Amino acid sequence: MLKNREDLKNLRSLCKEALKAEKKKILVCAGTGCISSGSLEIYDRLVELMNERNIPCSVELQEEPHGNTVGLKRSGCHGFCEMGPLVRVEPEGWLYTKVKLPDCEEIIDRTIISGEHIERLAYKKDGIIYKKQDEIPFYHKQTRVVLEHCGHIDATSIKEYLAIGGYSAFEKALFDMDGDEIINEIIESGLRGRGGGGFPAGRKWSQVKKQNEKEKYIVCNGDEGDPGAFMDRSIMEGDPHRMLEGMMIAGLACGASQGYIYVRAEYPMAVDRLEKAIEQATEYGLLGDNILGTGFNFHLHINCGAGAFVCGEGSALTASIEGNRGMPRVKPPRTVEQGLFGKPTVLNNVETFANVPLIIGKGAQWFKSIGPETSPGTKAFALTGNIQNTGLIEVPMGTTIGEVIFEVGGGMRGDGEFKAVQIGGPSGGCLTKEHLDLPLDFDSLKKAGAMIGSGGLVVMDDKTCMVEVARFFMKFTQNESCGKCVPCREGTKRMLAILENIVEGKGKDGDIELLLELADTVSATALCGLGKTAPFPVVSTIRSFREEYEAHIYEKRCPAGSCQKLKRIEIDTALCKGCSKCSKACPVSAIRGKVKEPFSIDQSKCIKCGACVESCPFHAIKEV
Amino acid sequence: MNQNFDFQTVDGIIDKLGCRPNSIIGILQSVQEHYRYLPREIFPYLSRKLGISEARIYGVATFYENFSLEPKGKYVIKICDGTACHVRKSIPILERFRKELGLSENKKTTDDLGFTVETVSCLGACGLAPVITVNDKVYPAMTVDKVSELVKKLREEM
Repeated sequence: MLKNREDLKNLRSLCKEALKAEKKKILVCAGTGCISSGSLEIYDRLVELMNERNIPCSVELQEEPHGNTVGLKRSGCHGFCEMGPLVRVEPEGWLYTKVKLPDCEEIIDRTIISGEHIERLAYKKDGIIYKKQDEIPFYHKQTRVVLEHCGHIDATSIKEYLAIGGYSAFEKALFDMDGDEIINEIIESGLRGRGGGGFPAGRKWSQVKKQNEKEKYIVCNGDEGDPGAFMDRSIMEGDPHRMLEGMMIAGLACGASQGYIYVRAEYPMAVDRLEKAIEQATEYGLLGDNILGTGFNFHLHINCGAGAFVCGEGSALTASIEGNRGMPRVKPPRTVEQGLFGKPTVLNNVETFANVPLIIGKGAQWFKSIGPETSPGTKAFALTGNIQNTGLIEVPMGTTIGEVIFEVGGGMRGDGEFKAVQIGGPSGGCLTKEHLDLPLDFDSLKKAGAMIGSGGLVVMDDKTCMVEVARFFMKFTQNESCGKCVPCREGTKRMLAILENIVEGKGKDGDIELLLELADTVSATALCGLGKTAPFPVVSTIRSFREEYEAHIYEKRCPAGSCQKLKRIEIDTALCKGCSKCSKACPVSAIRGKVKEPFSIDQSKCIKCGACVESCPFHAIKEV
Repeated sequence: MNQNFDFQTVDGIIDKLGCRPNSIIGILQSVQEHYRYLPREIFPYLSRKLGISEARIYGVATFYENFSLEPKGKYVIKICDGTACHVRKSIPILERFRKELGLSENKKTTDDLGFTVETVSCLGACGLAPVITVNDKVYPAMTVDKVSELVKKLREEM
């Protein structure tokens, strides 16, 4: 239990020494991605092998180091999930990809004992072998600031976090600054909320501080519900203390003594790591009453979501923590005035809080030196879809979409051509080729009719049907609509029905106009952000790909060839030998013909099941 | 309703999470974790214990997707249909699971309470799309062909 600033400083220098004593380190990625590819078995095997070979290894940072030990750690997500399981070797900074159990022996014998690099396990692209992690193009183009520790430290160890300077921003805020100074620093830095809206965090904090209430709350929104987004999860799993530290600084600045973290139920490991982190911080006296003898009290609680996307909306989230149905309410009063339990509440998302210790530690000027003036700092994005390097990335705000997709992301997967990128999930919009030079920041995206959202980037190639994408998102929001207000409850339902008709070939003249009219009404009148933004994917796909909608409606044709119901199956008469196999395979007797003469398909009967395509020995039947 | 329902487990959960109205979601989650669904018997009981109306508890239980008033299977298979998995073809995987197990959109659990098949919006493992989970264990880069094998393996473990 740390009693004062001296204690903290002493502990930190002990931890630093201990970390220094580990001459070599093996970091096995223990993010959800790599775990599911078997990284924990690899970790166990490495421990076993080290013990067998009598190599002194420390699985946990010791306060009293024994000299020449090898640190063997489970780290947070490296972001390069595609190549997992990942193993990083320090001090060399080598990265081994797609490591398998049988490789473990070689890693110990060659790399740890003899210090050799194993070329076979290194990342390779276009004939180049990348030894070091930083040299890999995927990492080289990134600026990892918020994610700097993810993959580089043991995610479950507070000692390790302390050793690399963790909780020193909190220490600085606690002893050297008062509430106003902290808030001014955050305002000065220009930090904007990373959850989607981009509201300046410092202003939010100062509004809460001003409220004349004894009880105030700090709430962290970890309900990352956007399909295709996992930035916050990686922070919670890979560097949980960073986020806690941010929340503690917020509590200190605003005069709150209770904090709540609301995490999605789909993230069990994040919950686990956060619980452990809170436990460790409490044990050391960094959380609790009279922290480091200053009289500041701060307690943290975790609330698990129960599967409701709408709980990512502020007032729905607080309702859920209070034990109610997670439904948004009319604002004002705003959350900063009457939030959780009717008290003034600071509500920020995970990434926003994770930025706070950096700003307090390194100063607002440093933060402002990254990215454009109106949206300073970096942003983490989850890069997914039809792209080479799927994974978690962090780039300065203002990086262009083209740079992210083609340089960091490595371009398209397979032979597809870039068609569009969906940003901001079900609340965002599609951006196309003409937007490749658009800088990714709050204001530029807003102007282009999209939004950063929480930061999911789903890349789509020319085989993706944009009407189907719009239908997919509408189905999602319709399903997640809480049902409180009519525009969202009924409007999304009607829009979905129209979109379903269009992709099934039942669209009719006037559907596009009706969709746009409904979109306008829903956006203007829905109660909360979820409803207001629900029509965005439809509007933006109509804007950029109207001809695709028209092809579906008027020609009953899907230009991308992906809508099942609009497919036509045809027999190539030149290739057909009239063997009658297809006619026997057809479950609805839609294929007729004379044996030894070309057969034909009655399109009015065909159900497009594809059974005939598989049955044809001459490859004469094709989907067109 | 079962008159002889044993509330000992529920009591234990209430003690652990606190007998307060705002603990209700956590309590329901723990109850569901234990029974694999929310038995009807607990509604009047929790209402008396926590001092909130049965309607409010029922409201909470039906609002959130994770709660089920019907018993779920021993293996809950969740097929991710988030954007990333969707564009990498998660639906054929869902359909194969349903076909293997004789389930459909309206019938989500097998009669022997062995398997429940459902979709989930996003598991956040988009880098490994398409993914599924079986009782929270993540299976990355699923394919239609891997489905039968997995079902067979789970049946053997049952």
